[in-house]
This record gives sequence, C-alpha cells and structure tokens, in this order.
Amino acid sequence: MLIVVLSGFALALLAPLLTGPLGHRAGWTFALVPGGISVWLLSRLGDVASGQVLSQAVPWVPRIGVEAAFRLDGLSLTFALMISLIGTAVMVYAGGYLRGDRQAPRFFLLLSSFMAAMLGVVLADDLITLFVFWELTSLTSYFLIGYTHEAETSREGALQGLLITASGGLAMLAGFLVLGVQAGTFRISEILADPAALTASPAYLPALALLALGAFTKSAQFPFHVWLPNAMAAPTPVSAYLHSATMVKAGVYLLARVAPGMGGTPAWFWLLAVAGTATMVAAAVLALLQRDAKRLLAYSTLIALGALVTLLGVGGEFGAKAALTFMVAHALYKAPLFMVAGNVDLQAGTRDITRLSGLGRRMPISWAIALAAAVSAAGLPPLLGFVGKELAYEALLDVRWALLGMILASAALLTIAWLVAWKPFAGRELQAPRNGGEAPLSMWIGPALLAAGGLAFGLAPDLLAQALIVPGASAVTGARQAFDLALWHGFNLPLALSAATLATGVALTVAWRPLHESMRRRYGGLRFGPAGLYQASLAGLTRFAAWQTRLLQPHDLRRHVTTILAFAVALIGVTVLARGELRFDPPPVAGTIYEYMVLLLIAAAALTTVRAHARMSAITSLGVVGFGIALLFTLFAAPDLAITQFLVETLIVILVALVLMRLPATLLREPGRSSLRYVVGPVAIVGGALLSVLMLAVLSRPLDRTITDFYDAASYPQANGRNIVNVILVDFRALDTLGEITVLAVAATGAFALLRRTGGPRREPEHESGAPRGSDSPSGEPEPSTTDAPTSHESSSRGEART
Amino acid sequence: MNSLILRTATRLLLTVLLLFSLFLLLRGHDLPGGGFIGGLVAAAALALYAIAYDSDAAARLLRISPRRLLGVGLASSALAGLLAGAFGYDFLTGMWWTVEIAGTRLKLSTPLLFDIGVYLVVIGVILTMLFALEEH
Repeated sequence: MLIVVLSGFALALLAPLLTGPLGHRAGWTFALVPGGISVWLLSRLGDVASGQVLSQAVPWVPRIGVEAAFRLDGLSLTFALMISLIGTAVMVYAGGYLRGDRQAPRFFLLLSSFMAAMLGVVLADDLITLFVFWELTSLTSYFLIGYTHEAETSREGALQGLLITASGGLAMLAGFLVLGVQAGTFRISEILADPAALTASPAYLPALALLALGAFTKSAQFPFHVWLPNAMAAPTPVSAYLHSATMVKAGVYLLARVAPGMGGTPAWFWLLAVAGTATMVAAAVLALLQRDAKRLLAYSTLIALGALVTLLGVGGEFGAKAALTFMVAHALYKAPLFMVAGNVDLQAGTRDITRLSGLGRRMPISWAIALAAAVSAAGLPPLLGFVGKELAYEALLDVRWALLGMILASAALLTIAWLVAWKPFAGRELQAPRNGGEAPLSMWIGPALLAAGGLAFGLAPDLLAQALIVPGASAVTGARQAFDLALWHGFNLPLALSAATLATGVALTVAWRPLHESMRRRYGGLRFGPAGLYQASLAGLTRFAAWQTRLLQPHDLRRHVTTILAFAVALIGVTVLARGELRFDPPPVAGTIYEYMVLLLIAAAALTTVRAHARMSAITSLGVVGFGIALLFTLFAAPDLAITQFLVETLIVILVALVLMRLPATLLREPGRSSLRYVVGPVAIVGGALLSVLMLAVLSRPLDRTITDFYDAASYPQANGRNIVNVILVDFRALDTLGEITVLAVAATGAFALLRRTGGPRREPEHESGAPRGSDSPSGEPEPSTTDAPTSHESSSRGEART
Repeated sequence: MNSLILRTATRLLLTVLLLFSLFLLLRGHDLPGGGFIGGLVAAAALALYAIAYDSDAAARLLRISPRRLLGVGLASSALAGLLAGAFGYDFLTGMWWTVEIAGTRLKLSTPLLFDIGVYLVVIGVILTMLFALEEH
C-alpha cells in the first residue's frame, strides 16, 4: 500500500518532464498509473469482501510513536477505488482538456500529487499520517484552484479554500492529538477498538468537536460551504475530481472512519444530522440563484455532502449502507456531469445555462452521457442514484425533519440535473457554437464509462453491494453486515416519497425561470451570511495589521528603532528590578595600556557619532566604535569574534553608505525634528546604562563553565574539529545555522525585491521632497520606507553574527 | 570610484582576499575561520572591487547571479544534512571520510559541505543587497 501511495508521488515527479515529449498522449500515458492502482485494488476485492483486512506499517517517527501505517478494509477500498478509477478518467480527460496549455506540466504534477495524497488519506491507519496527507490535499487543491493564477477570482477562490480547509485541518490535528494522547497510540484501528471506553472518556466531546470541524470544513458543510462554489474557478478536470468526487469527501471519509468508535452517541447524531441537513437545505435554496453550470453542480455537490453527513449521523446499518451507496452513485454521476459541462464550456464558450440551447444535435455523445448521469442525479430508476436515494429515505424514516430536508434537497437535485443536462442540449439552437462539433475521444470516454457504471450498478445493485457496500458498511458500523440491494423494493414508503420528490422536482423545474429571476433580483446582490463574514474577517485582519504596523513600525526608521529599543529596555529593566538580584563586586581589572587606549578610541568615536551633523559621518564613526570593539576581541584572544566583527563593521559601513547615497543629504539635526530627539536621547542613555549595569552584574557572578567545558571536551572526539566556534556552528548547532542562513537568504531576497521595486532610486526622494538634492528641506525629509529594509536586515544579520 | 591607485591595488588584493577566504573556509574546523568568516572576506573582496570599478564589473567577475548563490548555498547545506539520512543517521549528523591524494590527507565531511553552503549564502546575501543598492 505504501507503494500504491508512492507511485502517485513518483508520477508527480515524472509527469512534468514527460508532458512535453508525450504531447497529446500525455493524459493517456499518465492514466496508466491510477489505472494500475485500480487493477491492484480490484484484485483485493475478494479478500476484503471475505472480511480480511490488509495492513502495513513502516516506522516513521518512532520516538513519538508515529508510523506510516496503512490499512485496507471495506471503507478504505471503496474510497480508494473511487479515487483511482475516477483519477484514471480525469487523467485521460485532462489530456484532452489541456491540449496546447503551456502550464500543463505543472497541472499534471499537482493532479498526481493530489491523487497520491488522497489515496494516503483513505489508506492511512495512523492519525498523524492521515493528517499529513490531509493537509497535502488542501495544499494541492489550493494550487489547482489557483491554476489560472492570472485571474483574480482564481486566486481568491484558492485562498478561501485553503484558509477554510487548513484552519479546519488544524482543529482536526488538535482533535487527533487529544485522541492520541488519551489512547496512548496514534493507530486509528487501536483507538477505535474500544468504543465504550472512548465515548465515555472526558476527551470524547472535545475530540469529536475538533474532528467535526476538520471534516465539516473539508466537506464544505454549512456554514463552511462558501469555499466550494468559489473553487469552481479551477479547470474542469479539477472540479470533477477534487471538488465533487474525492477531496470534498475526505471529511465524510473521516467521519465514516471514526464512526465505529465515536458514533452512535446523541452528540454525534445531533452534530452531524443538524449540520448535514442545514447544508442540504441551504444548498438547495442557494442553488436557485445560480445560472453557471459548474456553480450549479457545486451546489448539487453540497447537497450530496450534506446528505452523506446526515446519513452518517443517523448511523446504524441503514445509515451506513445508504451513505455508501449514495456516495458511490454521486461519484459516478457527478464526475461525468462536470466533464460534460467542461465540454460544453469548451465548445460553446460559455457555461451560462440561460444562454445555452440546442447543443444536442452537435454534441450527441456528450448529451447522451449527460442524460445518463443526470437521470442518476435526479434519483430516477433504473440508475444507481435511485437506489441510493431510496436507501437514504429508508434510513431517515425516523428522523422526520432530516427526511423533509432530504426530500427538498432531492427535488433540487432533479432541477439541477435538468438545468445542466437537458436545457443546454435540447431545443432550438440559440447561436452557433464557438468550435462546434463533438468533443474528442479523450474527453468523452471517461465520463461515458463512469455514467455507464451508474447504469450497470443501477440495474444490478447487488453486484456493487456485495463487493463494496457490505464490507464498507461493516467497517463503518464496526460489526459484520450482510444484506442485499435491489433496484425494486416493492411498493413501500420510500417509493411513495420518491414519487413526491419527483412531483416537487418537476414543479420546481417548471417554475425555475421566474423563481430564479425573482430570487436573483431580490437576493443576488446581498452580501451577508457566511460569505460576508469571511470577507469581513479577512478585511478586518488586514486592517488590524495595518493599524498595528502604523503604530509600532512607522515609516520613519528612527521611530521604528526607538520603539524596539524602548520595549527592550522596558522589558529588561522591569525584569531586573523585579528580580532584584543585582550584585556589584566585579573582579578587579588590571588593564594594559593598549586596552585603555582602545577604550579611549571607542569613547571618542561614540561621542563623535552622537555629535555628528551628517549621516555619513555618523555611520563612519559608528564603524570606528565597532573596530574598537574588534580590537578588544583581538586583545582578549578571540580571533573568530574579532575577524567577524571587523568584516561585519566594514560591510555595514559600505552598505549603509550606499543606502545613504539614495537618501537626500539632509542633516540629522533639524529644527523640526527636535521632539524626536527628546525621546531618542533618553531611550539611548537608559539603554546604555542598563546594559552596563547588567554587564557589571554578570561579571560579579562566578563564571559557569559547564557549557564551555562540554564543548571543549566534546569538540574533537565527537565532531573532529578543534575550533569550537566553528564546530558549534556547523555541527552541534547546525540546525540553528541552517535556520539562520535561510532567514538571511529570505531577507536578502526581500531586500532585493524592495530595492528593485523602487525603480529609479535617486529619483524617488527628489520626487517626494520636491527639493533639489543637498538642500535642507524644512518639512522634514521623507524617508521612503523601502530603503529602510536593507539596514534593518543587515542589523539582524549582524546580531546573528554575534550570537 | 575612478582612482587608478585603488583599482591597481584592488586587482592584486582581490586574488589574495579570495584565496584567503577559501583558506579561512577550509581550515575553519580546526583553526580560526569557517564558512561565515570566509564568506564575509570574499564578499568584502568583491565589495572592494565593486567600489573600485562598479557593481556591473563585479557582477561580471562573479559570473553567476548572487541570488543564485543563495539557492546553491542553501541547497548544499540542506544536502549536507540530508546525506546523513541516506546512511541511516539523523538529519545533520556529521559524516567524515579521509581521502589520501598525492600524499596529503584530506578530511572530507558533511560539516564541510554545510560550511561551504554557509559560505555561499553569506556571499550571496551581501552581494545581492550590494548590487541591488548600487544598481542605477
């Protein structure tokens, strides 16, 4: 199973290289990998159906008990087969859809990574492994929604999806940790082994709530549903694969996975059933506002996801088998519907269903596929969708309010099916299609086979039931199940409800246009509800960041530095005063004449710095202070420190001098700026005094040589080096160094970007001050914030050099 | 800066300084020196060249973009850490090989590779900023 997951990542590495050479055969070739995975999974059908469970575990982080553990039971197999089979169809389809797209290599890389990660999610038997793959699917989804990154809607949709699913993912991680710590293991199968103990433990409710947050955000449950319709900015293969058939079902999978251990309680029922029903009803109503084929399909996906969560909440044998059948049916009809919508989009140049009509004559195959899928979506016999819907009604018979929501939602599904699969194809041709004609083989073979699957399993549902639904339901309920499925159940209550649904759906369909128009008029422009809340909180975050930046890091570099220094002085000062452990009996110092001379030099240079009128002389004399300190290091036999200090001081003077050349040559002391001096002066004096006091206090204590002695002793035997400073940098604390050079590289890249953005460097200050260079502008000199960057970054690198 | 004396001296100094920076880098594990200091010396040498001539001339002398140095440096430091993993040790475990070439014993190690990465990053950081500031 590890190999199954890894093969997807291997494909992700190879795909970008092969996309170019393979040309239009790329999609067909890449489809071999998910195809092969499907064959392997199919070959396990018999074993799993007979109750066997395959498992495999590779140690990953043994110290904290994390394993790359995988497990294949009925539930995993159902999901894995869905992922690999639809993945095969989507790969082939994407090869046709993206023909001639220059970014296709990137697309196949992301799509393959997603497939591998998604397989990882459903096969994982370790909470941490599951979490890592889960986040990978969020991440690949982000990149795939933002595939056409030139469009703002793509970027916003991608970010929204990522923010919502990833924050839910973090909550889920917290839930996983609660579960793992409580159970003492991260193995999912072991945690769920004792349901009674698990549901009775105090950790149960918090863990359930956190897990549900993860599942609800991923599976777009109300009120987190807002991201899914906006994810339709992604290319159609992505919508068909990630945002209808697989990724959005990860939340459903998680709930189904933990159901045998955590399900069956009142909390479980109310949480899931209410969220699921709310999602169904909200999506059914909101769908009326839509006229874009893909967005309509997205709302129908929301309905299906709500139904699945509701069914899992109800649970038991009926809930489990209804959920699984409904889900397989949904995957088999929704992916083809999306792909056909993509074909229509490509051929006709629009997805607005009010502007589409009469395409059927030119695209007969696509129409046939759409019809077959839509009949299943509408829950009409003899397709699998009908079986799934009947089972759902049966499971919900005792929960009236959820049943009512389900009927309404099913009626909406019927209307959406009609809008997407009948309206664009039937009737009179409104306008000549852009490209005309049928889609190529690669773009209808996949959906055709999936839709045919919906028909075949509709006619012979027991075939599917014995292979997947029974083993799957056994895994969800935690008890071995045995049942048959049939298309025809006889005249019973669910059938009557189906008839009622059909009537409602037809009525809704007939009344669609006036209903749609009036709802759009009335509510189309409104920006409230969860979507508005998302926008408002995002805008609020930005406003808060801007406010605190203005307050703490104003554009004036001196104010900025003053704030930092003042805070540091205040924090250290308060600590020192509160602890009150200062002692002053430093060891007597017998300095040599050289040392006193260097000290004199430093003092003189410091005085010059403070009294300097021009920036250039200030920075140069500050360099002399640094050189004096370096000389002291030399005198006290610290060659590494001395060399570093010399070099850093030199380079700082050079870099700051270059920065200063970009600024107008104004003076440091201007009449208008005196107020700042009365702040800066005291802060500097108090800071200097505080540091002196601290140094003296430190010297008054006996030197603790434990660390020095350790490095002294261990440096050569353990790290083969005699220069302790260097050995610490590159061996003992190499991870710190790696972090520091990464920070340095990022800082340099950022400084580079900022400096490049200012464009003509010498022009800007003049432009802002409106005065010729060299003149003393009375209004106070403008300091472009961008030029602050290098100095502050450089000072940070200087700080690191000294640590 | 158009100074004949500085330019002539720079040409001589540049070679010496660059060799000295390599010397500092390679001996750093046992004696004062190391990738950080070596990188600073090399960057200072090129900064001197950039002052004596101009930053374009220094960029031409360097041949590759300093930003690329950042990437190469980070990559070699990370690789030094990952190499240990290939032999089954923890990330960043130091590994040593002694090689005899023409009678000289060479200590090759992943810490050395790591230090070379630090060396390149330091050069890259300073020159990236320097060139960006000097660019007009």
